[in-house]
Formats: sequence, structure tokens, C-alpha cells
Amino acid sequence: MDITRRDLFQIGGKLLVLASAGATLEQIVGAEAPSDAYKMADHWWGMIIDIDKCIGCGNCVRGCSRENGVPKGYYRTWVERYQVEEGKQPTVDSPDGAMDGFPPLTRGDLKAFFVPKLCNHCADSPCVQVCPVGATFVSPDGVVLVDKEYCLGCRYCVQACPYGCRYLHPGTNTVDKCTLCYHRITRGLTTACCENCPTGARQLVDFKNPKDPVHEFLRKNKVEVLKPYMATRAKVYYKNLDGSVR
Amino acid sequence: MRRWFEDSGHLIRPALVLLAGVGVFLLIRAAVVPKAFGQYGHYRPAALGLVRQHPLAYAGQEQCVMCHDPQATARQAGKHAHVACEACHGPLAAHASDPSIKPKLPDVADLCHRCHEKDAAKPAWFPQVATAQHYGGMKCTDCHQPHNPHP
Repeated sequence: MDITRRDLFQIGGKLLVLASAGATLEQIVGAEAPSDAYKMADHWWGMIIDIDKCIGCGNCVRGCSRENGVPKGYYRTWVERYQVEEGKQPTVDSPDGAMDGFPPLTRGDLKAFFVPKLCNHCADSPCVQVCPVGATFVSPDGVVLVDKEYCLGCRYCVQACPYGCRYLHPGTNTVDKCTLCYHRITRGLTTACCENCPTGARQLVDFKNPKDPVHEFLRKNKVEVLKPYMATRAKVYYKNLDGSVR
Repeated sequence: MRRWFEDSGHLIRPALVLLAGVGVFLLIRAAVVPKAFGQYGHYRPAALGLVRQHPLAYAGQEQCVMCHDPQATARQAGKHAHVACEACHGPLAAHASDPSIKPKLPDVADLCHRCHEKDAAKPAWFPQVATAQHYGGMKCTDCHQPHNPHP
């Protein structure tokens, strides 16, 4: 059988059309639906933090580190101690992220308090917006996560986060951050930090659950998010947050 | 090929090349874009499963209470009612799934002061002591019962 150049082009063209149509179809149909009891659409996670209940024990930092295997010297959550003197810049310390608590503060003439910090799981996250490959994202239930198999380690997001909540994991060279214990909350447990908090200063909340205490908390208390002027729509609400907190 | 108008081949041939280009693009795209990318947003939905696979370290309060009833009851009656077991005893998911794994008892010398050491930054309502002056070398548990600590 003789194949002319015309025949070759025609057959090649037809094959190409078929293959690309098939590949596109596979992309559309091949999506797998997650099959378990946890429905992402039914949740919108966040956290409430009561400054007046935090005792700076560092239990949350240790709990987070053990639960998530956070490398030494890095923190997904940490506690800061503020000492505010009139007319001066506030003094902030957080020795080893408060992993072992704080050395006792004896000066009683200052305004002093603890501020636990973690990823604010912003609904309009600057970190997500700058990722060039789609390796970090806000999940359908409102948790900012990193796809460690897809992250390039370019650190754009580390620079973009206004709260300093991200770091480059020294072992994997990919970006790591608070997952709001996604593996726990999707199994009906609370986060490691909230589980370990002895005073209930931090509490995991689900804004989509009408029975969640968050609704009463927001209705009855004076609350603020960190850096509201950044318009990140942060979902970690602080009760009685002092204006000196950055 | 029948000519619609003079030199129409000049249009048809580049159009075919363009089509072939689009086809090649679609093929490469199908090969390199991960499965189901974009189902929920600009990311791989498989990443959600990846994060969820992480093993538990802390079993959670409900697991402890299922077996350790006397301690849970004592705790419930006292000032430590809202302190989760694992907040002092450490992460024990391994023990919860296999009780033959015996956890170590926490060391009170390293434990109580973390919360109760006096610090001017702590809220006034929280019970605090300057341990150096308070106990004179005794162990906290010599006087206080950790599951129901009020003297």
C-alpha cells in the first residue's frame, strides 16, 4: 500500500484530534470525588482566642510540635509576651516560641499579657494569591493548606504572609505551615493546640455550625483580628486584643 | 481541493498548522497537569487527602475518659475540670489504640510550674505561686492532688 504525503498528514491530523479530545475528556471526567462522612461544604473553620485567659504556659506550642512533627526552631504556633510601657515601643519576647514557657516577669508596673499566634486562615490570603504553581490554597472548608508534593519552595508565600506564619521546612525544602490540624478536625477532633490549652484560651470554631459557641462569642465580646488593615479576612478572632499587638 | 476563491490555500494551510498546534498543546497539558486539578480551585484536590493522612499523636479527651473513669471523675469535680488529660500526660494516641503501650507518668517537677509559676503577665484570676518561696524543696504532689488540685 502506497502512502502519499497527503495520506500521512490526514491520518496524523485525525489521530492528533482524537488523542487531544480524549485527553481533555479524561481531565474533565477523571476527577475523583472524596468518599467519606466528612462534608467539606458543611464547615468553615476558624479560631477564637481569649487574651485574658492565656497564661503563656506554651502547652499549645509543645502540643503542635509533637502532633505535627514541627522541626526544632520552627513554629506553626507560638506565644508572644507583650510588655507595654506608656510612651515607649512595646517589648515583645517569645523565647523558643514559648516552647518551654517564659522566664518569670517580675515587674508589676507594666501592662503585660500573652498573645498566642498561628496562621489566621484568611479567606483572602495574600500567601495563596502569590503562589505561582497552585501549591497553596484555601480549602472548601476554609483552611489554608500547602500541597507539599507540588510546592517548589520558592518562598513567595513566606514573604507574602503578613503574620509570619510560614517557613521553609529544612527537611523537605517545601513550605510548611499550620494546617489547623486538618487531619484532626476532619475526624471530629479539635486541634492539638486547643486540646492542650489548659485554660480554654484558644478554641477551634466552625462558623457554618449554627450551634457553635463562636456566634455568641462574636455577639457578646469586643473582638479584633490581627492587622485588620491588611484586609485578609482573617478567621482567628482575638477577644480584648490590645492596640499595641502587631 | 476545490478552491473557493483564488489563493484560499494560504488561509487553509496556516489554519491546519494552528489546529495541530492546539492539539499538541492539549496533549502536553493533559500529560503534565495533575489529575482533577482545578476541581475546587487552582490546586490539586489530592492535596487535601495528603494533608488528612497525617497520623494522630493526641488521641483526644473522649478516648481517655472511655477507660480511665476514676481519674476522669476526680478531674471533673475539681479545678482542673477543663484541662485535657493529654495536656499534662502528653500525646497518647498510640496508647489509646494499643493499651499495652504503657505511657510514662509525667514529672511534676517539670509540669506544674509551667502553668502556675508567678508571672506579672499572667491574668490575675489565674492561681500562681513563686515556686522557689512556696514549697521549700517539696514536690507539688506532696500536698496537691493533680487530678483535683484544690488543697
